[in-house]
Amino acid sequence: MLDTIILVLDSTFRLSTPLLFACLAGLFSERSGIVDIGLEGKILGAAFAAAAAAYVFQSPWIGLLAGIGVSVLLALVHGFASITQRGNQVVSGVAINFLAAGLTVLLGQAWFSQGGRTPALPKTSRFGNIELPFAEALKDVPVLGPIYYDLISGHNILVYASFAAVPLVWWIVFRTRFGLRLRAVGENPSAADTAGLSVTLLRYRATIICGILCGFSGAYLSIAQGAGFIKDMSAGKGFIALAALIFAKWKPVNAMFTCLLFGFLDALAIRLQGQEIPGIGEVPVQVFQALPYVLTVVLLAGFIGRAIPPRASGIPYVKERT
Amino acid sequence: MVYFESRNEIDAQVIDLIDQKGRATVAGSNVPAIELIGVNKSFGPVHANKDIDLVVGKGSIHGIIGENGAGKSTLMSILYGFYHADSGTIKIDGKATTIPDSKSAISQGIGMVHQHFMLVDPFTVLENVVLGAEGGALLKDGVANARRELKRLADEYDMTIDPDAVVGELPVGLQQRVEILKALYRGADILILDEPTGVLTPSEADHLFRILRVLRDQGKTVLLITHKLREIMDVTDTVSVMRRGEMVASRKTAQTSMEELAELMVGRSVLLEVSKPDVEVGKPLLKVEGLNVKDERGVRRVKDVSFEVRAGEVLGIAGVSGNGQSELMAALAGITRAESGSMELAGQKLDLSEVHDAAQMRDRGMSHVPEDRHRMGLVNKFSEAENSILGYHRESKYSKGMFLDKDAIRKEAKERIEKYDIRPPLTEMTAAKFSGGNQQKIVLAREIECNPDVLLIGQPTRGVDIGAIEYIHNRIMDMRAQGKAVLLVSVELDEIRSLSDRIIVMFDGNVVGERGPEATEQDLGLLMAGVNQEAAELV
Repeated sequence: MLDTIILVLDSTFRLSTPLLFACLAGLFSERSGIVDIGLEGKILGAAFAAAAAAYVFQSPWIGLLAGIGVSVLLALVHGFASITQRGNQVVSGVAINFLAAGLTVLLGQAWFSQGGRTPALPKTSRFGNIELPFAEALKDVPVLGPIYYDLISGHNILVYASFAAVPLVWWIVFRTRFGLRLRAVGENPSAADTAGLSVTLLRYRATIICGILCGFSGAYLSIAQGAGFIKDMSAGKGFIALAALIFAKWKPVNAMFTCLLFGFLDALAIRLQGQEIPGIGEVPVQVFQALPYVLTVVLLAGFIGRAIPPRASGIPYVKERT
Repeated sequence: MVYFESRNEIDAQVIDLIDQKGRATVAGSNVPAIELIGVNKSFGPVHANKDIDLVVGKGSIHGIIGENGAGKSTLMSILYGFYHADSGTIKIDGKATTIPDSKSAISQGIGMVHQHFMLVDPFTVLENVVLGAEGGALLKDGVANARRELKRLADEYDMTIDPDAVVGELPVGLQQRVEILKALYRGADILILDEPTGVLTPSEADHLFRILRVLRDQGKTVLLITHKLREIMDVTDTVSVMRRGEMVASRKTAQTSMEELAELMVGRSVLLEVSKPDVEVGKPLLKVEGLNVKDERGVRRVKDVSFEVRAGEVLGIAGVSGNGQSELMAALAGITRAESGSMELAGQKLDLSEVHDAAQMRDRGMSHVPEDRHRMGLVNKFSEAENSILGYHRESKYSKGMFLDKDAIRKEAKERIEKYDIRPPLTEMTAAKFSGGNQQKIVLAREIECNPDVLLIGQPTRGVDIGAIEYIHNRIMDMRAQGKAVLLVSVELDEIRSLSDRIIVMFDGNVVGERGPEATEQDLGLLMAGVNQEAAELV
């Protein structure tokens, strides 16, 4: 029984990681007043770039950098459209999603001729699992041993990075000057402007951070969790992350718990695939796959109280002529 | 009428004033705090500021008065670095300077309190004050410093405030205080206030003026922009008048009068008093009983309100904006459904929790001039003629079969333009391009010309020039003289007092008192602030 629980929780961590990166990415963007539907596209773009670069240079670190680079580039496109050109942020985000979905497959086919995939990565080109100190030694201690050995130890570095990012993001957003200004432009950009701050610059910085974090998320999918890029491998994670962000009321620690919850549901769905449930019989796998989405809708529809987004969210800033 | 012939004369006046008040030594010299020479600013074809000269003495309260669109706000935006002047010189403390952006304005000691507060609502007072002047990459030390400094400023200028209160939850008077503290925290020596009293109760406004006097006495320079003559007379030392982008006169406040200033603002003589002839009051045309209204969030905004308005009577509803007046009007006009309550209109009783149909209210003889003409009174992109029949477009005189009769509509629009002196007299110009006063006249013409029994009119002169105010007030008085019932909602106490036969005051959704038009401003002000609870129980 404990084994099963640990197994499910273990995959919960691994499934939450890309969501958590993306959710924190969205947090920066939306806190600054830029709605980002394009998380999905950035994750996908990063996943492809990371896998391609890791294959060519045979290094997961170069892969990660490439993933971040491409994601930041896409973020800057979104920034240019929605900050500089004051375009519709939803339209720009959707465009980025389409662009990423199409370009990854197109370039993948052109470069590697494997039907849009990248070649399978050898172990050395991926982020391997890390054994934490004393894991082996403590393995046989009852209860705590398996928890430490199976659950806490033995993940790749990006998993740890994603959870370490949570307190860091919290600290940046709520304890630093940059965080204060970031929140101010998202709530009332005119207030920031009249206080002598550049709304444009602040929003671009937020967008770039969003790009970096999406880069981590994408790289995780293709060169840590997976071993190469597969068409549409982000599979809606960017959208789930957005839902998680709303659910978390734009707060980093909440975001972690929400992402864990969604990750858990995902893990449960995989675990229960093809299994008999007493009294019900075999439940079609689609029911479990739909669970995170159903939960999102139900929870957002009223179980978490009002989620008030940053007030200037989605509104391009135009200096008013008073 | 004396215009200044040369700038030297203005200088002499200001310096003279400072001498008289013994403040010439405050800054150790007679150098004015602000000096503008020949400032010009155009937006496309609109010449918003024409050759503006302005001298503001150090340690004085200087008023700038003018109608909407006279260029006051543009001028202040130039001073605060929002716009760049096309030409001209700006001198701060006698030194010629440029102000490329707000940051530069702040560093030169200019602080601004905007008409719409530039505050971040979910932030605390402290966070709002330090924003942009945090004093380090981490908040901890800077905020601790700010807490001490804020306390010192609050003590020095009698502006106590809880530094940890969330700004969005503070009453507007205190929010404004945060704005002032924000400017002072940044070391402002010159404080510009743009229409600061628009959102305040009379007692809050009085407190603000006390603070401004303290600031002046401590050597700060205050620039007060307003369109309210009374405030200029009450609080300023000197005043400049703007009209159509030009600075038409500067005066010492003690040596001018409201009448003179009004004339300078409008360019012709204006009657500030409305003449209110005796009218025989008839039977009630509008009776409201037990009205409760909830807003879209389910908060009850109008609480058990009852009143009646009789023929030949103007009932004024006073109150600080946001105390349920808007919801009351919307329910009466049939725009929103009331929670409960009834309305008797010209002898017919309607259950307002069932009937909510603006067209039906019109048919029953009630016209509505909404508070917010841009959102509810007009379709900004429609032409003047189209706007002049909105809501009445189904009437047979405007249609030919299933089509609109454009000729008939245009013909009537022309007649109304003439009758109501709407300028420019163009039936095909879009509503958005008319000035505030003329837009209001379009709405007013439409709602009065259909000859209603009852007129609901909200904020009739918000954003309207003095000249048009006079006109609109007279039309309301005409309605009264014709034996109609008028329900007037306004946040302008002067307007309520000069037009109404009876005044009821709303606070937090309740009617907290009824007074006659002779009620003092102080009395009404207390009711508006919800202070006079005994009065509430008497009603």
